[in-house]
Amino acid sequence: MMQDLVVYLVFIGYAVAVLLVFGTVLTWVERKQAAIMSDRIGANRAYVRIPFTQIKLVWLGLFHGLADGIKMMLKEDFKPNSYDRFAYALAPWVVFTPVLLVFAVIPFGGTVVPAKLLQSVPSVAAWFGDRTYPMQIARVDAGLLVVFAFGGLTIIGTMLAGWSSSNKFSLLGALRAGSQMISYELIMGLTVLGLILIYGTVDLNAMAQQQSGVLLGFLPAWGIFLQPFAAILFLTAAIAENKRIPFDLPEAESELIAGYYTEYSAMKMGLFMFAEFIEIAIIGALFTTLFLGGYNLPFMTDEGFVLPGNHVVSIGHAAIVVIQLVVFLGKVLLVSSFQILVRWTLPRFRWDQLLRFAWKFMFPLALANLTVTAVVVWALHA
Amino acid sequence: MKPYVRKQYWNRPTMSWWERAYLPEILRGLSITGGVFLTNMWHWMTFRKGALTTYYPEQTRPDYAAGNRGKHVLTQRPDGRPQCIACNMCATVCPAKVIEIEAAFDPDDPVHPKYPARFEIDYSRCIFCGLCVEACPEDAIRMVKEVPNLPTYDRQQLWLSLPELLNWNPQRDVAKPYPAKAGSENTAKGGADKTKGPT
Repeated sequence: MMQDLVVYLVFIGYAVAVLLVFGTVLTWVERKQAAIMSDRIGANRAYVRIPFTQIKLVWLGLFHGLADGIKMMLKEDFKPNSYDRFAYALAPWVVFTPVLLVFAVIPFGGTVVPAKLLQSVPSVAAWFGDRTYPMQIARVDAGLLVVFAFGGLTIIGTMLAGWSSSNKFSLLGALRAGSQMISYELIMGLTVLGLILIYGTVDLNAMAQQQSGVLLGFLPAWGIFLQPFAAILFLTAAIAENKRIPFDLPEAESELIAGYYTEYSAMKMGLFMFAEFIEIAIIGALFTTLFLGGYNLPFMTDEGFVLPGNHVVSIGHAAIVVIQLVVFLGKVLLVSSFQILVRWTLPRFRWDQLLRFAWKFMFPLALANLTVTAVVVWALHA
Repeated sequence: MKPYVRKQYWNRPTMSWWERAYLPEILRGLSITGGVFLTNMWHWMTFRKGALTTYYPEQTRPDYAAGNRGKHVLTQRPDGRPQCIACNMCATVCPAKVIEIEAAFDPDDPVHPKYPARFEIDYSRCIFCGLCVEACPEDAIRMVKEVPNLPTYDRQQLWLSLPELLNWNPQRDVAKPYPAKAGSENTAKGGADKTKGPT
């Protein structure tokens, strides 16, 4: 029992650290990538001076995120004369917390055996015995359902923020956010249904493990090859769910100032921004788990590589664990970077186009995809 | 009342079915921006510069446009005194009202008894329109291709006064002859009231 506690505390610490680091680093990635895409240099002026010396650490502008954080902490926390102070103060947390919680069910690595990892310390190894732990904070059978349940909570936060700010722009933004997020969440759910049909489970870890097989003898059995259509639709709907360009109507600065968080300042506004950047990473993690083979390299399982033609290359357990952790982070970073690429490439939709796009284009496509998948799965199993 | 008929524009954008499918065009756009990203990233990673930007305060571009006029200078008489007669015409014509002149009387110079004791330009507001140059009856103020090296953390530093305006070094403007540079004599003779040297 104590062993479980220790292992899961380590997992939780790792997950929180990863999310917070991603949230900060992605602000830097966004700035730098946008700059490099448009032939600029990007933010590179903030520095940390080593005390008592004139050595200034610039590190490619990495400290701009730190400067932003300090600025937001020290700014005046302006409160509008709102009739619902409680909801106003609650809203940022309702947006921020579920985003962190979603990561609880995402597997960020394969199965770890502490006794094998800590072989050099026999007493600790003996204490752990033959316990194995999948690297995932909450081992829930309803993994994907939990993701959607927590994803749905974010809407409440945005609606609360818009409603309690007593500001027309905030309310308009909140209304837009509500309808947009509900529409696109439906599409996200429908696209994932195809995968659930194929894998026969909603447990994310089981899904990731099933993707380490081989398709047609040479393709890794990734979700993106099984459901290419669903992958595109899922990523689109996820970006819309995160309210980023080209779907940033709820916070369109040229129309609504900052939409539902117009009236927020200081760290409350920082929480909204932070939640947005963490959600980029969360979407990356979800997309990786569902469509890009999770934490495994192609043809890789928890034991080692199984190349096409049944060549087995076995690797040590510690190496496997490290590879899986690194590969997962790398894939998440790539998907996040792709989202930033999309954000700096496409122009914003018009409001009616946005909803028409959801209900008249993506919804039928997702349904058709689901139908075809169901028929094929049924035909293969019959 | 006539029913409302939506106006048909002659230049209505027409899209082919390929463009209307939206996804291929998105992919084309993404490949363009992603290509630019990868090219520039490759430049950075091989220790070359992947951007057009100049690191401004540390570096300046040598290739300003031929017509660039970024700095005011006050022309000088052969003895190094400013040619300005403090008539205030430039200050009057200035649309941004950045020129401040304080006139003084010099009994030693009967031809030009009026001279500027103080002549200041506020570069934080100057719009570089060149009207002061056109208004000057004495060809006392000109604009040259150089830019004043102004970036600063203090707004007060943007006020340039007589010493800076007289201490100029035109390099490329050959349209008008400049008074010959007389060695160290050409530099400004100090502050406002010391400008008038002995004649």
